[in-house]
This record gives sequence, C-alpha cells and structure tokens, in this order.
Amino acid sequence: MSQVRVLVGTRKGAFVLTSDEGRSQWTVDGPHFPGWEVYHVKGSPVDPDRIWASQSSGWFGQIMQRSDDGGRSWTAVDNHFAYDGVPGTHQWYDGTPHPWEFKRVWHLEPSLTDRDTVYAGVEDAALFRSTDAGASWQELSGLRGHGSGPHWQPGAGGLCLHTILLDPSDANRLYVAISAAGAFRSRDGGTTWEPINKGLRSGEIPQGDAEVGHCVHRLAMHPANPRRLYMQKHWDVMRSDDGGDSWYEVSGNLPTDFGFPIDVHAHEPDTIYVVPITSDAHHFPPDGKLRVWRSRSGGNTWEELSQGLPAQHSYVNVLRDAMAVDRLPSCGVYFGTTGGQVYVSPDGGDHWHAIVHDLPPVLSVEVQTLA
Amino acid sequence: MPDPVATSADLRPRQQVRVVLPSPLRALSGAAAEVTLDVPAPVTIAAVLDVVEQRWPMLRGTIRDHEGGARRAFVRFYANGADWSHHAMDTPLPAVVQRGELPLLVVGAMAGG
Repeated sequence: MSQVRVLVGTRKGAFVLTSDEGRSQWTVDGPHFPGWEVYHVKGSPVDPDRIWASQSSGWFGQIMQRSDDGGRSWTAVDNHFAYDGVPGTHQWYDGTPHPWEFKRVWHLEPSLTDRDTVYAGVEDAALFRSTDAGASWQELSGLRGHGSGPHWQPGAGGLCLHTILLDPSDANRLYVAISAAGAFRSRDGGTTWEPINKGLRSGEIPQGDAEVGHCVHRLAMHPANPRRLYMQKHWDVMRSDDGGDSWYEVSGNLPTDFGFPIDVHAHEPDTIYVVPITSDAHHFPPDGKLRVWRSRSGGNTWEELSQGLPAQHSYVNVLRDAMAVDRLPSCGVYFGTTGGQVYVSPDGGDHWHAIVHDLPPVLSVEVQTLA
Repeated sequence: MPDPVATSADLRPRQQVRVVLPSPLRALSGAAAEVTLDVPAPVTIAAVLDVVEQRWPMLRGTIRDHEGGARRAFVRFYANGADWSHHAMDTPLPAVVQRGELPLLVVGAMAGG
C-alpha cells in the first residue's frame, strides 16, 4: 500500500506527517530540531530515505542536516556557504550598495538523478550545489555574476533565492527565482544564466517592465510539460509557454492576484493552485475566508475551493514554499499556514481537512509519495 | 582522552579548561552541559573555540563566522563574572578560567520579554 510522508518546516522545528493512501489518519512525528527555524525539508526523488533539511537560527546561524533513513535520524553536514570570489554588492532597500552576506538557506532541491547532489538557494541570493552528499558546497556563481546582480534588491523577507526548478527533460536546464530580482534560467547546467522576465509588469519598481527587480514569489512546473512555467508574482499570476522567454498574465477571475505559493496537479499539467491573499499590506485571505483557487485551464479561469476550509476569522498567510502535491492516483494537495495548520485535500482540492492545527508558523511543506 | 587537535608541531603546554555551551548547541553536538577541554596555552577564546570545533565539527560557524572568525553577533562570552565578548579573540582568558577553576560560558544573547 502506498504512503505519503509530508515534510513540514516551521519557525520552531520540523515535523514529519505520515499516512496511508487514504490520507485521513495521520501520524505526527516531531519536532525535529526543536527551537530552530527550519526553512525547508525535502527528500531526494532518487532515494526517498535521503532527506535534506535547512536548520537556522538568528543566534547560531545555518546548520544543514541530512537523513538517510526517512527522517528518523539526522546528521549535520557542511554548513559553510562561501560566495565565489569577491562577493560585491547588491542594492539595499534604499537603493544604496550593500555587501553580499550569507544569512540562511531558503530552499533545497535534490537532484532528479543523483542522490548525492542537491542544490541550495540562499539569502543573500545565490545558488549553491553539493555533489558529495553535503560534505561541501560550491556556488554556481554565474548567476550572481551574469551582470544584473548589483541591481538586485531584497523583498520584505530578504534577498532570497527561494525557487529552484530542474527540467526533467533536459539536465542542463535550470530555473531559479529571487525576491526581488525575478526569474533566471540556465541552459548549461548552471554555469551561465540569463534573466527571463519579459512580460512582467511591477508597479513597485521605477521601470515596471525592467529586466530585473521583480518580486517573483514562486515558480512551478509540471514534469510532463516542462516548457510551461507558472509564476505567482508579488501581484499577478503569470504563465510562460516558451520556457521563460516570455510571460503573460493569467490572473483572470481571482479575487486578488497577490499571493505566495503556486503549484501544479501531479497528473494534470493544466491544473494549478494558488492561495489569494488580500494585498501586499494585508497578508491574510480576503474577508477572513481561507480559500484555495484552482484553474483547470492553466490559468485565467479559476474556481474557489472552500469545502473544509475556514469560512471566517482566518487571518493566516500561506508562504511561498508551503504548498505541495502528492503523486497518488487521486492527487493530494497540501498547504501549511502561518497559524500552524497543515491542510490536505485527498481529491485534488475538492475537500479539505486539517492534519494538524497548532504547529509553529509553517514555512514549508513538501510531500513524498512512497510505494 | 587524547586531544584530537594535538599535533607533533603543537608542543605548547596545555590547560584543562571548563566550557559551558548554550543549550541549542549542546543539543546539536551532543556535548555535555559542561565539558573539560585540553587547550594549548595561551588559553584564549580563539584557542578554546579551535578545540571545540575540532571535537564537534558541526559547531563550526555557529559561534564564530566561517569567514574571518568573528564572534556571531548574538553570541556572548562570560568569564569570571565579566563579559568577555568584546575582547579580542586572542586575549588570554582570566587565570581562574585558564586553571579550570571557573568555566568559560558561551551564551546566546538574551531575547524575548
């Protein structure tokens, strides 16, 4: 019988939630690394027992953890993220130059083909890779060094590289997104990079259609159609059908197009999910009603999903890495909130229930589907 | 127990120094509430941390930066009832700490309220 293992990173530790394919009865294990911020936990698609976790603290900095037994035990691996060469400067909030300084790992993306290779997106924004199971990390410095780096500026959460997409059809093709710089693409395995932000319009920057400076909150891709990309920007839900060469807006009838996560159904490349948030100033759902919105047409036409979700007094947020899908025949959709709830819909979004109600604020949710 | 950092090139006299690490780092490393370390003289914070990081490599970067070795901003060092955080890392610690009569306290700065 299949199982799902939900990996939850929170402000005060990590939790592992497991269930059979019914996804109605759950075992909750944790907290792992209690008291530490866990920005992201993600398992290897090559070896599901190998799981990576980013553990950090304002006091004691960054710790990297690796499990080789499905999250039952953990080993601290190398935590030294050294920028390649002279780091230089990016823009500070006021537009002045500010030195690049490592703060934390936001996102981990294990290789699709090698259990010992994993990518790390960090703040201040840079992409690192380990090819030796976490024994060392090297920066893919062509990203920061391609030319626009000095013009990148932090979003409210910091200058973070929060999204890494690996193209399953082309090992040389990678995408990353940075708040607030935009989306970037490599076609040579991460050596060289280019901004891919044509079509984005952002009212928060002086030149709304600038090459960089856009606060991209999240990218998503379906493995069966990897040239189509979806984006939740600060404002606007966007889509690209040409691997990022150009983007167009698909916000359609959403009640608000501000939000953080966006994800794709496991078996339907045209079915996507977002969680609309009132505004950049009000990081909670409109009217206090927590809702997921689903489009079955790759955007533009959206339907509200509410069965089992709070209909009132919900003033939580869903952060950019806090939504995921499983790969069971009836695709499960999951998200975690800043109020500590983790919700699941075992039927693609039609019905929801809370797995847990009272975790610390949820920073990330990932799901492993286990045979 | 032989000191893991002692090398043939390091023939300096050594001191048994007591060190208390903050609880999050004890949980991370598995270190006891108080540890006694064999530290080469002169006993300074840098020398103590060299031994700590050799014995518990996962603590590298948690007390002082990987780059340059500066104290992390929210970590403090207390020795003999005094705040030693702003002394140079290579300043010899008070004699009572060097002799192991009092521990060097590595402390996470207070927060909350």
